[in-house]
Amino acid sequence: MSKPRPGDIQVATFPTHQVITQANPLRRAMRRLVEDAPAEPADDPVARAEAALASLSGEFGDWMAEECQRLAAAHADLLRDGVTKDSRAALFRAAHDIKGDATTFGFPAAAATAASLCRIIEHAPDLAKVPDELIANHVAAIQAIVREGAGGQKSEVQRALNRKLRGVADDYLAAVNRDRPEHLEAILAPSLVPEE
Amino acid sequence: MYRIDFNKLRFLIVDDNPHMRRILRTLLHSFGTREVYEAEDGATALEMYSHYSPDILITDWEMPIFDGLELAQMIRQPEAKGNPYAPIIMLTAHSEKRRVTLARDAGVTEFLAKPISSKGLYQRILNVVASPRPFIRTRNYFGPDRRRNTTAGYIGPERRHGGEADIIQQPSLLDKARVNT
Repeated sequence: MSKPRPGDIQVATFPTHQVITQANPLRRAMRRLVEDAPAEPADDPVARAEAALASLSGEFGDWMAEECQRLAAAHADLLRDGVTKDSRAALFRAAHDIKGDATTFGFPAAAATAASLCRIIEHAPDLAKVPDELIANHVAAIQAIVREGAGGQKSEVQRALNRKLRGVADDYLAAVNRDRPEHLEAILAPSLVPEE
Repeated sequence: MYRIDFNKLRFLIVDDNPHMRRILRTLLHSFGTREVYEAEDGATALEMYSHYSPDILITDWEMPIFDGLELAQMIRQPEAKGNPYAPIIMLTAHSEKRRVTLARDAGVTEFLAKPISSKGLYQRILNVVASPRPFIRTRNYFGPDRRRNTTAGYIGPERRHGGEADIIQQPSLLDKARVNT
């Protein structure tokens, strides 16, 4: 049998499954470092990436403000049009984006509050029956956190605000999901990402 | 010890959020990648995937039209026109174990929860480049081996049955996919 080329496939067929093995098609991107070779110039791609990210940080405040405006607009649409498939999806995506990127932008408390809002949208059996203030308070809190900025005593106040909102949201979700064990389990399960 | 030559890798990043795409592009370029393509939804991504045959796909989960999970399911079709074997890294703000399981069962290779970190992204890329897993095809799954560890201490249900395997060699599907584009 000839030597396998990168990308060549070997299929082993068993009664219940096949195991498909490829000669690594990305081997061309791997370079072995020779131990006795003269030292290569120090190269730390992660440090380079951190520096590149830091160079973008001047824009993070504006980006965060845009994300907040998008969330406020989605909330306004929901209030105006009622809960529809589109209005629910737009609000969820806006909150979900803030949950994912606000920490990178320097607003971890906003990310945590957005995470709480995502849980409400995802796990409430009927979003139209969620008290208006519960959603409105989350949106307002995220806007306030971004407006005030992070750091020092403000961060402590923001964390306290987030804990309070999260507590109210979790109590609500636990009550409305008491007959929906799969949602209850998801609500109570720990996150893979440490909470703020 | 290995080092990755990022300039030999072609990436497709899929995220509806322009800020996250900018961050990802910045990180990949600073790692040394030159070829980075971008799509803002699953449908566009699928088209670009067939056209550019990226080595690695990094996708968000929540997107309009069709999402990252559906995108992974569409790519992991053994009879698909494009390359069904490319590594898929799911980069998402979803952070529940249930979601990780769903992504794994859709054929996602690596899962990375936001907030993004340079180190986390680098390690996921290193994993898929240096330690690719074999693919498994069953009646209802096609994707990278979901068992990352092959220790004798496995205590879950045994769904696979062995026996003598028929082994055949096939030419590279990746080459075929690239010829077709």
